[in-house]
Amino acid sequence: MVPRHLIDAHAHFHWSGSRDDHARYNASRLDAGDRIGITYHVASILGTWGRRSPTYFASPEDVVAGNDAMYAIADAEPARVRAFVHVNPNHSEHALREIARGVQRGAVGVKLSASRRADDPLNDAIAADAGRRGMPVLHHIWQHRQREWGMQEASDAIELVRLAARHPGTNFILAHIGGGGDWAHSIDVVRDLPNIYPDTSGSGVDRGMLDAYLAVLGSQRLLWAADLTLCTGLAKLQALEVIGMSQAALDDICWRNAVRIFPPSTFELA
Amino acid sequence: MTSHRFDVDVSAWIGPYPFRELPHPDAAVLVHVLQRERIGQAWVGSLPSVWHRDPAPSNAWLYEQLAPHAGILRPSPTVRPDWPGWERVLDEAVERGAPSVRCYPMQVGLGATSPALPALACAAAARGLVIQLAVRFEDLRQRHPMDSAPDLTAAHVRALVRADRRVRVVVSGAGRDLIEETHWSLTPAEQQRCYWDWSWVWGPPEDHLSHLWQTIGADRFTFGGYWPLRLLQAPLAAFTLLPTLLPADTSTAGAQIEAEAKVRLR
Repeated sequence: MVPRHLIDAHAHFHWSGSRDDHARYNASRLDAGDRIGITYHVASILGTWGRRSPTYFASPEDVVAGNDAMYAIADAEPARVRAFVHVNPNHSEHALREIARGVQRGAVGVKLSASRRADDPLNDAIAADAGRRGMPVLHHIWQHRQREWGMQEASDAIELVRLAARHPGTNFILAHIGGGGDWAHSIDVVRDLPNIYPDTSGSGVDRGMLDAYLAVLGSQRLLWAADLTLCTGLAKLQALEVIGMSQAALDDICWRNAVRIFPPSTFELA
Repeated sequence: MTSHRFDVDVSAWIGPYPFRELPHPDAAVLVHVLQRERIGQAWVGSLPSVWHRDPAPSNAWLYEQLAPHAGILRPSPTVRPDWPGWERVLDEAVERGAPSVRCYPMQVGLGATSPALPALACAAAARGLVIQLAVRFEDLRQRHPMDSAPDLTAAHVRALVRADRRVRVVVSGAGRDLIEETHWSLTPAEQQRCYWDWSWVWGPPEDHLSHLWQTIGADRFTFGGYWPLRLLQAPLAAFTLLPTLLPADTSTAGAQIEAEAKVRLR
């Protein structure tokens, strides 16, 4: 059993301002994506990825430059790439202007990383704006963050839930359940918030993780994604295929949920 | 007849894990998974023994659990080379046909300069046993507060492979950094004594596995799945996504390592 389509709801690219081998990196993602069967990469670029300003605290100039690079990639690959607009909520007015500009350039979602705690009021205007535009917010999450980690102001599911509860009309993607921290903690935290969709991405491939999320949230709350490691994305796809779920449930996770939460006509699927 | 993708998974365990619930970490389930993924056999350790002060009771349990699956699951008992009578673990391993023994220096507090490590290397080499090491069991970011053992270091690996020219060491769960630090800090002869699984090496788009395949060589790698902690599909997926032009036949590496360890006896 394989899904009819496959949408990577959490992807990233690089550009000349972020690393010298960006062309190799991007080509590798697209090539591996084709081999895996990825229909669309929904992707962002986080400024200069630390080269000129910190990855998770990107300066306004780097936010703009990274987004422009992302739109250029999406423009060059219209059949397989869509763009998030990445913003830094510490620069509130700039973030809202950047979202408006992103929509004009074809962005289909908003990417928040770890620039400001998710439940901080500075994120309210961004979440509300995304909701008005029908765009999901992909929020970087450290599962069960128990302390501060350097070079980021990471959030966990509890903090995202506070934001999502204040904006029931906005859909949120809880980033990478396999991306670090205790994934088991996030499941029950988001259980009752129907506008939070955990994504499966991250390098973590713990046995029991997918089963646990499916048991509690069901197939209509989970999004397949790969983030920075396509090999672990493929592993989780193959695990889903042998876990014993129905074709409909597999399709939900792999593409149908994404079609539901991204703006209409984001994806052209046969 | 079904052909195997890999002859051996060198990095499997059975038994419970102290820091979270694992689904069905049982020998019979492992056999089913190996058959589903077309892997010939597994070298299997006792997961709870990693944190036991004296691994002997857990080793006895391991032999008992694997006995009904002889030929598919091969025992890899735990040895703690600073524990009284540790050589008996090696002797019993030989008697029971084990291909390897496993040592967890970080979990029992053995520093890289401990004389116990070269002693183990020499004793295992003299008996034709491969020594297995594990870098980690979980990502550093998700570990339980009581799971405070740091990752295995290159210095530990060096201490073992330099101790005896006959020794063979398999390191599981290393990332690109540790593999490169270790490999390039060894002489060419020492490099040949060390093998790595790629269960924690990333494929595209970073392409660390492809890079290592081209720099240190595919012949340094053997398949390891980290079951029951991690999805066995992960190293299979990384292998699948290697560039198609790379030489990639590591399918018999496990048997090769065991044969090398035994050949050195003669």
